[in-house]
Amino acid sequence: MAKGVGIEVSLAVAEAAKLANVDAVAAYPITPQTHIVEHLAELVANGELDAAYIPVESEHSAMSACLGASAVGARTFTATAGQGLELMHEVLYVASSMRLPVVMAVANRALSAPLSVWGDHSDVMAVRDTGWIQIFVENGQEAVDNVLCAFRIGEDPRVLLPVMIHLDGFHLSHMIEPIVFPEQSEVDKFIPPFQHPLPLHPDRPVTMGAFAPPIIYSEAKKAQEVNLEASRGIILQCWDEFGKTFKRYYSPVECYHSDDAKVLLLTLGSFSETAMTAIDKMRGEGKSVGVIRLRLWRPFPFAEIRQAVRNTEVLIVLDRAISFGGPGGPVCSEVRSALYGEDKKPKVIGFVGGLGGRDVTPAGFEEIINKGIEISKRGSDREFEIFGVRE
Amino acid sequence: MEKYAVFVPKLVTKRENFAPGHRACIGCGEALAVRLACKALGQRVIIANATGCMEIVSSQLPYTSWRVPWIHTLFENTAAVASGIGAGLKMMMKKGRIAQQEIRVVAMAGDGGTSDIGLQALSGALERGDDFLYICFDNEAYMNTGIQRSSATPYGASTTTSPAGKLSIGQVTWKKDMPAIAAAHDIPYVATACPSYPFDLMAKVAKGAATPGPAYVHILSPCPTGWRCATDLTVRIGRLAVETGIFPLYEVENGKYRLNFDFPKLRPVTDYMKLQGRFRHLSEDVINRIQERVNAEYTKLKEKAHEGRG
Repeated sequence: MAKGVGIEVSLAVAEAAKLANVDAVAAYPITPQTHIVEHLAELVANGELDAAYIPVESEHSAMSACLGASAVGARTFTATAGQGLELMHEVLYVASSMRLPVVMAVANRALSAPLSVWGDHSDVMAVRDTGWIQIFVENGQEAVDNVLCAFRIGEDPRVLLPVMIHLDGFHLSHMIEPIVFPEQSEVDKFIPPFQHPLPLHPDRPVTMGAFAPPIIYSEAKKAQEVNLEASRGIILQCWDEFGKTFKRYYSPVECYHSDDAKVLLLTLGSFSETAMTAIDKMRGEGKSVGVIRLRLWRPFPFAEIRQAVRNTEVLIVLDRAISFGGPGGPVCSEVRSALYGEDKKPKVIGFVGGLGGRDVTPAGFEEIINKGIEISKRGSDREFEIFGVRE
Repeated sequence: MEKYAVFVPKLVTKRENFAPGHRACIGCGEALAVRLACKALGQRVIIANATGCMEIVSSQLPYTSWRVPWIHTLFENTAAVASGIGAGLKMMMKKGRIAQQEIRVVAMAGDGGTSDIGLQALSGALERGDDFLYICFDNEAYMNTGIQRSSATPYGASTTTSPAGKLSIGQVTWKKDMPAIAAAHDIPYVATACPSYPFDLMAKVAKGAATPGPAYVHILSPCPTGWRCATDLTVRIGRLAVETGIFPLYEVENGKYRLNFDFPKLRPVTDYMKLQGRFRHLSEDVINRIQERVNAEYTKLKEKAHEGRG
């Protein structure tokens, strides 16, 4: 029987990679991700995980070594955060374009300058278009479950794409939570061994990473887009199968009191649990409010978002990243775009908050919702509001 | 080396693992070097190639010149990709996912991809002791992007970003000593080679590939396009680079230096330089300065080689 244990979420993520029996880990330390790769190093050092551990000299090399390991057919894992994710930036595109299903946990962190090791989503949003499947998790259990799902989804021969699991730096990565780990035998059944269809091997020489002149580049990119789009169905199948096996169920958009709510707040990651507390209080006061949380960030869940907000009048989106000089946070801008063509759609009000580790408390969420309602009524000359900032 | 000394042509495989039909320039010394290296490496190999001339001339979709497994990802990360390949293979064999066998991992890059942008990843892989051979094909500038200076460009050479002009002699820095940097990592095998000495080159590549742990082979690859010389002079210019002492051929095995070709008297550097347009603008003063530097460096190398014998 699977048993629940109290464990720091970072360590639990490493344990999930161990349960997946990864073959290769290439890693470089960076706060707030470091506990993940430290724990993996420890597992390897103690013989509890049989994997090659490559202590590279940078995140750029971490992802590059992952490419190499994945290209020979090894199950490959790494973790990073903030600046590390940005240093990997160009390598991330290569992983997805060359169909190398690396799995990476990202303990989301703010970007310099000024230097901040604390959490927000600036790092993720900068790698939004790298072609990876991207999943935001809310709590430790979800992190563990989705690291397991990530291997199954990414390595599926119909998918063959890298997957990022986003967990909020510190706010989630450093929490100690009760987590149920599935039995090894169940995991082995759930994640079949990785069979790369055309790995690098002398018995069957292949050329990987040839360059494309204009006559073929567009076709390569379209194939990639078609492929990422097609992964939706397989992600849903995987979550469905996971639910049947482990009795924990995941969907692209998580809804809380959203069906009849006139006002909805949309968040990502660990903020939603705090937001729910605010919703409970406001519901108690008779207010028609709810929360929806985006779990699947790429491929973007257009249909599920449209469905989730179909009855609502005001949709308040809280981003944890700024698109400087732009139309609001990246999430707000995408949600607006997803709803623009709908006949019946809510007013979308954008907030940016929780930057660089700044807490948003239940009272804060209440304030955001009330302010959002007010803006929806009287309008605003600003594209978005920055919440909780001293002026 | 001994292996190739007798019946040499018969011992070299006719099989071309780097197939003809690629788009390298006429007289390309680098394509020749890659071809020879691939003969020495054989088929039980996986090659990681950096962005650069060889990647571009050999791999335009949907064609390939590579008859061995080959991967190109980016410019500066080739050593790290090679580390991943090696680690992945080792673990897959250990877990019985692929058959236990000898597969050599080889990284290839140009001088920019090695001594400039890829130096960090290379240093990391050498320091970790990863089991692979790194080959730098040095044509002394960013030729693929149109002859821009790199840290491997020799003093006085005119390139598009170190142009000779009224106020400039061209490149004003001395060539970065990349083999010495590799050797400073205390790796088991470092060598220099040149396709003008094909059997020496093949022997060194084979030796580097067979060495457990990291090995580094630095191959001077004459580039008629960038060096501005006649396309039929590639091999001769390579020989002159060695005979003038500008590019000595040596090995560093477990820290011990060995000079493979010594000359009682070095030819003057002008024999090498006068054939190349990139040096054409140089005054006698500058050439003398280069000659002095070459003499001094060669003497230092000979001293190291002498100590190695002792």
